[in-house]
Amino acid sequence: MSPQSVNTRTSARQVRDVVFVDGVRTPFGKAGDKGIYHGTRADDLVVKCIRDLMRRNPSLPPERIDEVAIAATTQTGDQGLTIGRTAALLAGLPQSVPGFAIDRMCAGAMTAVTATAGSIAFGAYDVVIAGGVEHMGNHPMGAGADPNPRFLSERIVDPAALNMGNTAENLHDRFPAITKERADRYAVASQQKLAAAYIAGQIQPDLVPVAARRPGEGWDLHTADEPPRPGTTLESLAELRTPFRAHGRVTAGNSAGLNDGATAAILASADAAAELGLPVKMRLVSYAFAGVEPQVMGIGPVPSTEKALAQAGLGIEDIGLFEINEAFAVQVLSFLDHFGIDQEDPRVNRYGGAIAVGHPLASSGVRLMTQLARQFQEDPSVRYGLTTMCIGLGMGGTVIWENPNHADFGKDA
Amino acid sequence: MSQGTIENFSALAAAIPNEIITHSLVTDVSLPGGKRLALLTLDNGLDHSKPTTLGPNTLIELHGVLTQQKARAAAGEIDALAVTGKPYFLVAGADLSGVKHLSSPEHGEAMATLGHAAYDLLADLGVPTFAFINGVALGGGLEIALACTYRTVSSGANGIGLPEAFIGLVPGWGGVYRLPRLTGPEAAMTVMIENPLNNNRSLNGVAAAKIGIADALFEPADFLERSLLWAGGVLDGSVEVARPHAVDPATDPEVAARWAAAATKARAFIEAKTSNAAPAPAKVIEAFEAGATISQAESAQLEIAALTELMQTNAFHNTVYAFLDLTQKRAKRPAGAPDAKLARPVTKIGVVGAGLMAGQLALLFAKNLKVPVVITDIDQARVEKGLAYIHGEVDKQLAKGRISPDAANRTKALVTGSATKDAFADADFVIEAVFEELAVKKQVFAEVEAVVSAECILATNTSSLSVTETGRDLKHPERLVGFHFFNPVALMPLLEIVRTEHTNEVAVATAFALGKALRKTSVLVKDEAAFVVNRILLRLMGEIANAFDQGTDPAVADNALRPMGLPMTPFTLLAMVGIPVAHHVSGSLNAVFGERFHVSKNQQVLIEHGIKSLWVPTADGGQEIPASTLELLEFGSNPSTADELLLRTQDALALEIGLMLAEGVVAGPEDIDLCMIMGAGWPMHMGGITPYLDQVGASERANGKKFHQK
Repeated sequence: MSPQSVNTRTSARQVRDVVFVDGVRTPFGKAGDKGIYHGTRADDLVVKCIRDLMRRNPSLPPERIDEVAIAATTQTGDQGLTIGRTAALLAGLPQSVPGFAIDRMCAGAMTAVTATAGSIAFGAYDVVIAGGVEHMGNHPMGAGADPNPRFLSERIVDPAALNMGNTAENLHDRFPAITKERADRYAVASQQKLAAAYIAGQIQPDLVPVAARRPGEGWDLHTADEPPRPGTTLESLAELRTPFRAHGRVTAGNSAGLNDGATAAILASADAAAELGLPVKMRLVSYAFAGVEPQVMGIGPVPSTEKALAQAGLGIEDIGLFEINEAFAVQVLSFLDHFGIDQEDPRVNRYGGAIAVGHPLASSGVRLMTQLARQFQEDPSVRYGLTTMCIGLGMGGTVIWENPNHADFGKDA
Repeated sequence: MSQGTIENFSALAAAIPNEIITHSLVTDVSLPGGKRLALLTLDNGLDHSKPTTLGPNTLIELHGVLTQQKARAAAGEIDALAVTGKPYFLVAGADLSGVKHLSSPEHGEAMATLGHAAYDLLADLGVPTFAFINGVALGGGLEIALACTYRTVSSGANGIGLPEAFIGLVPGWGGVYRLPRLTGPEAAMTVMIENPLNNNRSLNGVAAAKIGIADALFEPADFLERSLLWAGGVLDGSVEVARPHAVDPATDPEVAARWAAAATKARAFIEAKTSNAAPAPAKVIEAFEAGATISQAESAQLEIAALTELMQTNAFHNTVYAFLDLTQKRAKRPAGAPDAKLARPVTKIGVVGAGLMAGQLALLFAKNLKVPVVITDIDQARVEKGLAYIHGEVDKQLAKGRISPDAANRTKALVTGSATKDAFADADFVIEAVFEELAVKKQVFAEVEAVVSAECILATNTSSLSVTETGRDLKHPERLVGFHFFNPVALMPLLEIVRTEHTNEVAVATAFALGKALRKTSVLVKDEAAFVVNRILLRLMGEIANAFDQGTDPAVADNALRPMGLPMTPFTLLAMVGIPVAHHVSGSLNAVFGERFHVSKNQQVLIEHGIKSLWVPTADGGQEIPASTLELLEFGSNPSTADELLLRTQDALALEIGLMLAEGVVAGPEDIDLCMIMGAGWPMHMGGITPYLDQVGASERANGKKFHQK
C-alpha cells in the first residue's frame, strides 16, 4: 500500500523531507560473563526495541513500514541471518515488511538511518525502522575477522589501526595538546553529566525494559544502564593502567567500554508522518561520511562534519547541540579542538556520552539521535544539532538535524 | 507449617534420591512506579529438553524460599512476589518418575501435604502474588499459578491444564478448588475431566486467558516485561483486573445449580468415555462437588486424602507405566530395532494396488516422506480411481484448512499411477496392499522383483498371512518385511514391523526409519500369525462370540468386559472390523493355533445374510439385536454370567500373551502393552493389558507367574 503511489517514471522527482519520529534503546550492559545480558540473545534485544517503538506509536499501522534496517558489526550467530529481516519477523511485524542487515562498524545504526533516509527522500519508502545492535559479549570485536594480508604487506593499513585503543594513542601523538589529564577530565564530566541526566529523568523515557536471565540465575528486569560509574573522580582515573601502551594515555576510564545493547528508531517522510499522525522530533538536514587514515580513525568526525555542514550551507557556529560518540575522550577532544569548542561547552553531550553509558558498536548512532531529539524538545532555542561518530578503519559520519520546536522551523534560514 | 514439620518431609525427600531439583531462584525487581517485586524463577538449570518438574526436594526448597519471602513481605521489604519459569515452562507438573516410587501411603500423604504447604504460602504471602505463565503449566505446575492472587499468560504458551484425571490422580494441590472459582464450573470440568480423558488434551495460552485462568494475555516476544509492567499497574491501581468468569458457589445459588449441572454432565462423560473402569475421574468430581460448600482449608484435607488413596491404586501406577515407560520412552527406542545408520535412504516408494488401503498408504507416504509414490493396479481404470481417491482426500484436507494450497499441490504431484510395475524400477521401497490371499501376493512380489533393484526393500501390509510364506519364492527374501498398519492408517499410531527369519538388518532398519518418518510407533514383531494386536483382539472376540453362541444373553456377553474400560464393546468392534474380515481371520488363526480361536458358525450365517452388525439402534436411542437376526442364529444351552465371562477372557488373554512371549513374538510384555495402547486404544489405566492381568490374578492362574515381577 505504501509508499504513496508516485509515478517515478513520468513525474518530476522531488526530494522529500525526512523526519525522525521516535527512538528507543535497551539499557546498555557490560559485555562478558558478568554482564546483565550474558545469556541474552542480540536479536532479542533488537526485537524488544522494535516492539516498544510500535507500542509508543500506535497510530503507525505496522504494514506501513517499508523497511527494517538493522546494523551489527559482526553478522554471525545471533546477529546473523540478515538481522533486519529476522528482527522484523520476531517482533511480529507483518511478513510483507522487508528488512536488511547493515554494517559500518561503530556507525552501523547511523548508516541504517542515513541509508533509509536517503531512500525516503528518493521516494522509495514512506516509513522505516532503523537501528543497530551489538552484543560484544557474544561477539568480541573483530572475532572471526580475517584481515587481508595485503593490508600488511603493502602497508595499506598500519597494523596498529586494527586495534582501536592503539588508534586513540596515535591520536594523542598527533595532538600533543590533548593530554591524559584533559582526557580524564572529559571522562569525569561525561560520567557526571549522565548521572545528572538520570536524576533529571532525561534518559529513562527512551529505555525499553528488558527481562534477562543469566545462566544459573533467575529472571531480572533491567530498566537502567549497567556501565555508568557516577562516582568517578580524576584521582580514581589516574590510577588506571594504560593497556594499549606502557605509560600511555588511553585507559578504560577515558574510553567507552565493551558493551551489549540495541537501538531502534522510526523515520518517515514528512508527508507520511503528517498523514499518520506521527510526531516529528527532528528533521534531517544533511549527512556525510568521510575517510581518514585508519591509524587515527578518531579524527574521522572532523571531515565528515565539514562535508555535512557544507552540504547544509551551515557553519559550525550554527550548531546548537552536539551529540558526539565518545569512543575515546581523545577523539572527542580532537574534534572539539579542531572546531574551537571548549571541552566543557554546554552544547556538547549534555547527557554525557559513551564513556559513561557504553558503546555497543553498531547500535550507538541511534542513541545519539534519540538523545538529541529529547534535547531539541527541552531546548526550543536550538535550531540545529548534529550527531557524529568516529568509525573503525578510519572514517567519520555526521548527521545534521533541525529542531521542529524552534521558532523558525520550516522557514528558510 | 513450622520448620519442625518441614523436617518431617526429609524421609519423603530421601525416598526420591535422584530427583532433578527445580530450584526457586529469587531476584528483586524494581517496577516502574517504584514497587519492589520478588521475582521467583523455577529452573532446573537444564535446557528445554528437560522440563522442570515438582518432586519433594523441589517443594521443600520452594517452601523454604517462600517462607523467607513471607518474612520479607511482613518486614515491608517487598510489595509483591511473582513466579515464572525457565523458557517454555512454568512447571511441567509433578515428577511422575519420582512419585511412582512413593510406595507407602505415608509418603503419598506427605507429598500431597507438602504441595499444599508450599502453595498455601503463595495464597497468603501477606502481599499480592502473581504467576507469569510463560509456557507449559500442567497439574501441579498450573496449581502454583492458581494459588497466586493474579496470573498472566503468554499467547505462545502451550500445554496448560490439569491432566490428573488422565494420570489417575486428582488436581489435589488446590486446583480442584480454585479453578472453578476462576473459570466457572463448566469450563473447570472441561479442563479437569473432558480434556484429560480426550487423549490428554491441554489448553494454549489464548484459550487459558479466554476461560479465565489468566487475567491478562501477552505475546511471547516480551511476555515477561509486559507481565511485570502489568503487575506494577495492578499494584499501583492503574490496572483493573476484571474476572467475568469468576464465581462464588457459597453465596450465589445460581452458581451452585450450575456447579451441580456441570458435575452431572461430567459424570455422564466419564461413563461414556471410560465405563468408570478407573477411579480417578469420579474422585475429581467428588472433590469438585464437595469444594462448592466448604473452605479451601477443608477442601485441602479432602484433596490430600484423595491423592493419598489414588497414589496407591493400580490405575495410577499402570498409567504412569504406560505414559512414561511406554509411550514416552519405549516408543522412542523400540526394542530390537537395529542401528538406525543401517537404514537405506528411501527416495521413491511403490505401492502395489490402488484400492482403499493402497490409497491410504500412498497418501501417508507422500504426505510424510515427501518422496514420489507410484501406485499400480491391473488396469488403468483402477489406477485412475485410486488416484482420484487420493486427490479427493488431499482436497478435503485443503478445504478444512489443514494443509496449505502449496502442500496440497506438492502431495498431489508426488503421487502418480501406472498400470505396469515398470514404474517401480527406481523405487527404494515397494509395499503391496493387494487382496489378502497368499498366491496373489506371491505373484505380485515375483513381478515386482523382476523390475526393482536387488536392494529395494519389499514390504507386505498383510494382517493375517505369513510373511515368510509370502516371500518363499523371492530371489532375495532377506529384503522382505511385514509392515502392518491399522485402520484408519492416517490416525492409528501403531505400526507392527514384521521380521522373518530371512529378513536382514538393513531391511528392518529401513522399516523403522520409515515408521519414524511416518510418525508411527513401531514395534518389532516376529512372523507369527496375526502378529500382536489382531491376535489378542481376536482371542478376546472369540471368547465373547463363543459365550454368545453358547447361549449367553447378548447384553451380558457384550458388556462382560466393562470393568476393563475398553474403548468399545466386542460386538461394536466386530461390526467396525467387519464380520467377514473377523470371521476370515479367526478361521486362519484357528487353523494355525487350534481351538483357542473360536470360529463362530453364527457369524457365518450373519455373513451369508449380509448382516453387518448384531446391534442396531432403536428409536429410543438404545440398541437391540433385531428378532429377524436372532431367528437366523443357533444357540447352545450353556450361558455364562458376566463375571464368569470376564474371568474366562482375562485368563484367555493371559494365556495367549504368555504363549506369544514364549514364541518370541515380541521382546517383552511391554511391547504387548504398547501395541494394545497404540493399535487398539486400550486404556492406560490397565497399563495396556499385562499389568492388569497381573493385578486381577489372571497371569498366575493361566501361566503360574506374573508378567511383571516386582
